[in-house]
Amino acid sequence: MWEIISKIFPYAIAFTIPLLITSLGGLFSERSGVVNIGLEGLMVVGSFTSAYVISILQPIMPEGAIWIGLLAAMVIGAMFSLLHAFASINLNANQVISGTAINMIAGALTVFIARTITGSGNIHITSGLTRFNIPLLSKIPLVGKLFFTQTYASTWLVLLILLGSWFLIYKTAFGLRLRACGEHPHAADAAGVNVYFIRYMGVMFSGAFAGLGGAVILVTYSGEFNGSVAGLGFLALASLIFGQWKPLGILGATFFFGFASTLANVSQVVPAFKVIPGIILKVFPYVVTLIALIIFSKSSQAPKAAGEPFEHGKR
Amino acid sequence: MKIQMNKQVLIGLISVFLGLVAGAILMAFTGNNPFLGFTYLFRGGLMNIGRIGDTLSTATTLILTGLSVAFAFRTGLFNIGASGQMLFGGLCATAVGLSLDAPRAIVLIVAVLAAFIGGGLWALVPGLLKARFNVHEVVSTIMMNWIAYWTIYYTVPAFFKGAYDTESRAISKAASLRSPWLTDLFNDSSINLGLFLALIAVIAIAVILNRTVLGFELKAAGYNRFSAEYAGMKVNRNIVLSMVIAGALAGLAGATFYIGYANTMKIGVLPSYGFDGIAVALLGANSPYGVLVSAIFFGILHSGKGFMNAMTSIPPEIGDTIIATIIYFAATSVLIERAIDSIRKKIKGGK
Repeated sequence: MWEIISKIFPYAIAFTIPLLITSLGGLFSERSGVVNIGLEGLMVVGSFTSAYVISILQPIMPEGAIWIGLLAAMVIGAMFSLLHAFASINLNANQVISGTAINMIAGALTVFIARTITGSGNIHITSGLTRFNIPLLSKIPLVGKLFFTQTYASTWLVLLILLGSWFLIYKTAFGLRLRACGEHPHAADAAGVNVYFIRYMGVMFSGAFAGLGGAVILVTYSGEFNGSVAGLGFLALASLIFGQWKPLGILGATFFFGFASTLANVSQVVPAFKVIPGIILKVFPYVVTLIALIIFSKSSQAPKAAGEPFEHGKR
Repeated sequence: MKIQMNKQVLIGLISVFLGLVAGAILMAFTGNNPFLGFTYLFRGGLMNIGRIGDTLSTATTLILTGLSVAFAFRTGLFNIGASGQMLFGGLCATAVGLSLDAPRAIVLIVAVLAAFIGGGLWALVPGLLKARFNVHEVVSTIMMNWIAYWTIYYTVPAFFKGAYDTESRAISKAASLRSPWLTDLFNDSSINLGLFLALIAVIAIAVILNRTVLGFELKAAGYNRFSAEYAGMKVNRNIVLSMVIAGALAGLAGATFYIGYANTMKIGVLPSYGFDGIAVALLGANSPYGVLVSAIFFGILHSGKGFMNAMTSIPPEIGDTIIATIIYFAATSVLIERAIDSIRKKIKGGK
């Protein structure tokens, strides 16, 4: 049993990381007061951007191509999210409709461009990130085997971003303003905070992080852009809710969901897991989220003003 | 009121126009001739009786998902879960089609009813969660979409496995909504009896919304939940009922798609019709007849894109891109509204 767990652990972590970073992006957006269900589409944009950039750069500079690809995914993801920001912040649009439009535009437009460039809807990259063992730490009994062997560099990058985000949200003036805009935008406005600016920043963070999430999928376990991230963006949204809009909460939630999904994926091959039907493991995150919504319905930590347009003159 | 309706129509038309312009820019940007592209796109949807039949069969499913979203909208609910309800309704219809051995008429009636009830049940959960625990229906319907996705992913191979692992057995001709006389009339196209179901649904929903007490109560809850409650209406019951009706409509859409347009269920696909339904509803200003017209328009885009792709080098995804862009413009209709108002003011000022 131990052997199986230590074997699938690296896969579970690889699956968790893109969820985590995307969910963290969603946290920035929702904490600033803008609901973003376009995370799925923004991940697709990130996956496409990185695939395109990496496939072009890899022959020229095999070393740095992947990192430039990840950076490009973040930049383009942030730019693409401006569509959502403009609609929901300046035009008081229905944020759910706008987010749905983002998902649909991203899915259609990226495949459209991919087909125009490569002839098929897919873009391959020749090689992704390689796994490596952390020296020394991987020698620690139990923990070392689970967390510090077979790791991707992107995993550590994302965890670093998580740490930085926690600091940014709870320990800086910007973080305080961000949270204020999601709870009481008018009070924040009265205190001299530029609500529009903060919300733009929140949405762009979500675009950049979701873009990175899509790109991480590409450079770690998929290796190919095919126009979809198979609902991971929505799973990230579920994690955000289950983690109650807190950075450490979503770390727990995404790992939980990532582990369950990995179990479902390997349950076909590993006889020990055949006793649990795959369907239960796969629907588990969504059912758990529904139950969490019921349990937290009285004391939900959701940002109070999330989804509500802010108008400067309206009190 | 009449002026407002006209403005709604105008906004819709401008959204469509802007979406088509965006499509034209994309075509030009990728080195294609937009006029040629659009000619083939619309010819592909309308060129002959067979293609019109295909357009109508795509429109059938869109009418029903569009109605589903529009009906929920009128009650103040956002049904983003039409895809999941459609999937589960389709599964119920397919299950009946594959296992019930009875005369054709009975099989079809039971299959359609199963889809209707299945879709309704799938939406019952978000409805109850909303009414009882005030759980936002957008989140819960998204969760239900993915629960449906994985349910189909595992049940189809387990119980209805067909030639491949990824799809169900094909239903027999007798259990299909495709009818020989209709297929012959439209030159071997995919048009099916679902079209009549969709038309009946349009009329039924229009009657419910405009001519019944229930419709009045549902709309009242949509305008202002609290004043409806104060007036003594059972708002919570109405929320559940509205969600279930919306889900049942999406379930019907599943029947028209999986045992009409297609004859198998493929796993691993969340049908885009549910999301396209949002576009259909928005463009149709959430009115049943508006939904009918806009669904036919989107049907043309859907069935014409393949022909356009065959005749030019434009990828078929242009159709989806145009639809998505139209939704975006419909969502940002404030911008269009402001533009209309300022133009109207200028015209008046000039006089």
